Amino acid sequence: MTAPSLTVDGLVRYFGGLKATDEVTLQVRPGELHAIIGPNGAGKTTLINLLTGELASDGGRILIGDVDVTGQPIQQRVQRGLLRSYQITSVFDSFTVRENICLAARRKRGVRMAVWKPLVRDSETMEVARRIMAECQLQHVADEAAANLAYGQRRQLEIAMALAADPRLLLLDEPMAGMSAAEGAAAIELLRSLKGQYTIVLVEHDMNAVFSLADRISVLVYGKVIATGTADEIRNHPDVRKAYLGDDEDA
Amino acid sequence: MNSSLFLSQLLNGLQLGVLLFLLSSGLTLIFGIMNFINLAHGSLYMVGAFVGAATYNASGSFLFSLVAAVASAAIVGLVVEHLVARPLYRHDHLYQVLATFGLMMFFNELAIVIWGNRPYFVTIPEVIRGSVQILGASYPIYRLLIIAVGVVVAFGAWYLIQKTRFGMLVRAGTTHASMVSVLGANVDLLKKSLFMLGAALAGLAGTLAGPILSVQSGMGDPVLILALVVIVVGGIGSIRGALFAAILIAVIDTLGRAYLPGLLALVLAPTAANTVGSALASMLIYLLMAFVLAFRPHGLMVSAKR
Amino acid sequence: MTFNKWTRLSLPVLFILLAAIPFVAQATDEPFYVTFFARVLVYALAACALNIVLGFAGLVSFGHAMFIGLGAYAVGILGHYGISNGWIQLAACIAVCIVVAVMVGAVCLRTSGIGFIMITLAFSQMLYFLMVSLTPFGGDDGLNIYESSDFGLFTLSGSSEVYWATWALLLVLALFLNRLRTSPFGMVLQATHINPRRVNAFGYSVFRVQLSAYVLSGVITGLAGFLLANLTAFAVPSYIAWHVSGELIVMIVIGGIGLVTGPIFGAIIFLLLEEVLKGWTEHWMLIMGPIIVLIALAGRNQFAWLKVLFNRPSSAHAAIEAQPAGETR
Repeated sequence: MTAPSLTVDGLVRYFGGLKATDEVTLQVRPGELHAIIGPNGAGKTTLINLLTGELASDGGRILIGDVDVTGQPIQQRVQRGLLRSYQITSVFDSFTVRENICLAARRKRGVRMAVWKPLVRDSETMEVARRIMAECQLQHVADEAAANLAYGQRRQLEIAMALAADPRLLLLDEPMAGMSAAEGAAAIELLRSLKGQYTIVLVEHDMNAVFSLADRISVLVYGKVIATGTADEIRNHPDVRKAYLGDDEDA
Repeated sequence: MNSSLFLSQLLNGLQLGVLLFLLSSGLTLIFGIMNFINLAHGSLYMVGAFVGAATYNASGSFLFSLVAAVASAAIVGLVVEHLVARPLYRHDHLYQVLATFGLMMFFNELAIVIWGNRPYFVTIPEVIRGSVQILGASYPIYRLLIIAVGVVVAFGAWYLIQKTRFGMLVRAGTTHASMVSVLGANVDLLKKSLFMLGAALAGLAGTLAGPILSVQSGMGDPVLILALVVIVVGGIGSIRGALFAAILIAVIDTLGRAYLPGLLALVLAPTAANTVGSALASMLIYLLMAFVLAFRPHGLMVSAKR
Repeated sequence: MTFNKWTRLSLPVLFILLAAIPFVAQATDEPFYVTFFARVLVYALAACALNIVLGFAGLVSFGHAMFIGLGAYAVGILGHYGISNGWIQLAACIAVCIVVAVMVGAVCLRTSGIGFIMITLAFSQMLYFLMVSLTPFGGDDGLNIYESSDFGLFTLSGSSEVYWATWALLLVLALFLNRLRTSPFGMVLQATHINPRRVNAFGYSVFRVQLSAYVLSGVITGLAGFLLANLTAFAVPSYIAWHVSGELIVMIVIGGIGLVTGPIFGAIIFLLLEEVLKGWTEHWMLIMGPIIVLIALAGRNQFAWLKVLFNRPSSAHAAIEAQPAGETR
């Protein structure tokens, strides 16, 4: 499965009078891991929601590969391989880990008339589930209800589900939020192993992860992209430093 | 088409709309703010009707019966709130539906036990009997009174919600109930007052409707359903929506029943026109509801952006 | 006890006991038992059908009586025009239920929670008033059904025939629901209640899945109405009264939401209770009403409790904690 490019062109979203997304323009290359960073309230999650289609945009375009998906509902974008993980864990609490992952794995085939054979006993689905659970270190809790898991494991499940759904383009919204150092390190390695296989947009606060994983980084402040570049370019960018550290004029 | 007949039908619609508004405004506030679905609201309407009728027949005083009806509905509302609504606020709507359904059954049967199965007869109070001439049509004063009451209540509700501290807490409660309690307001008292207010309005509608519609067990059921349609069309939680939708629905319903069979007689045979006409008329408001929901799923007055 | 264990235990026991009833009735010379329990099974069928949307997807339809009415009138109206061929009546019943369910469902599923409850109620009321006003079809008094549905090999001419037909249909449905629960479609359907946003985010359509379930539920409820009409030889608007919809919900809650055999137990308990109370006083609703209130109050944590049953024992605590408050959707 080829990883597509993601083009965002002049994306706009208002909440009442507030311009939460201000003419955002990005170009994510195929197979690239592109990080989006920015201070709190910058509109990072809003941007992700606009990209998935869960939020309607007020202007601008979004292209997956060379297909214009602006205005398309989320289901159609998912069909093109766009999958996301949520900043606030959003799994199916009453299902087991295995059931959660199988449900995600089934997304390509759909469930149209599938009313007889158990979801988790389908051979194709089982194989995908086994592989993903191994990759994400969840095999030992496979039959635990998701609600029972430790927080870090729930975050793992969050990513695992996105992976199980066979993505081409992954949007990860702060996957490492709340993880311990050890869990975070494992997550970084997992993401590193995914580089190149998929196109990844990574929203993160964890600078460790960002600077070690990202091919390029975009910085979002008050809904606007103020800089895009490699890790080094961003580290030394004056506007970025001002945004994060502030200066007397802003105080 | 007879214009004075049309006018009186229009006024009938308006008057029905007012009664519906009185009932729906309480309902929509309770849904909108406390997220509580109260099927027993129709029973509160019935309580108002029975108590109002019984006290008028016993005392001869319209004013007294009015006060008694509203007060008793409010008291019953308070009891219902404390025993049934309060334990269920945070729970799935299913249980709220179930519990208030059980209450409906209970109140309907209670009315039969106390007042029997037949309609309980009450006349329009002496003091407001008679008709008045409006633009060539003769229209009962009592029905005009109802319309007047509706206007006063609508204004009162607007004032209460927009201009008083209570109203401010209520409005804040619709969107941020937990914040309101953190700010020190006694949320339980707020909820009880709101519930009682809704109940009082329902009781008022019931006692006003008594002389015109028949007072009997189960009278609240069809009106409740109409009220549900009203708040769905108007938008849950919106009093303006309830007012607008109530009048719209009542007028369409009244005019539909009055004129649809006649209109259809222009194209169909008389008996067919009658049957189809009355069938269509009874379905009219539900079709309207479906139509509104097709384009505005959250009702007319509530805007929802994706 | 886990979900599976309970179903595996209760299902065969229940159906064997139910199968014994006609024989018991014959032995004790009380044909009334068969008629009564035929009615119980018909409502159990409707309640199980409602459970598809209520138990699995958390959609509280307060208008399912509408489908009972459609099924009953399919028999009644066609019979009125001299068509007593069971297959034709059945085809009409299913076709009408599908069409109505698609139209009504498409509108109702656009709203959430409270709105859904109220709108399903409103639509069933619409049908009620429609049938009341259609005087050619008996209006308020409804239609007498003079000829039972004739399926060639058998006719639904007596309580016994209806009993066995309903028993068989109910058994098939119960077995089907048991499979549905763990099937891909069934899992996604349940997921729409647990986390609809995430379901959409995987490319499934919450709307389409719920609509399909609603249509399925409606058709099966229509079959219950079909059988009811044959049992009572009547098709009346009172079958569509909203009390009926409410009672179906009561049955499900008594028996256990989402449990395969739950609605069947619920129907038995509720209708037996009703019979007992009717025997005591004509004002039995005065007692039944508060009982329903108590059932609601007692069962309010049921959704959480049920998720415990769904899962392995270790998940008991967390499942209850994870229950979101007051959310229907």
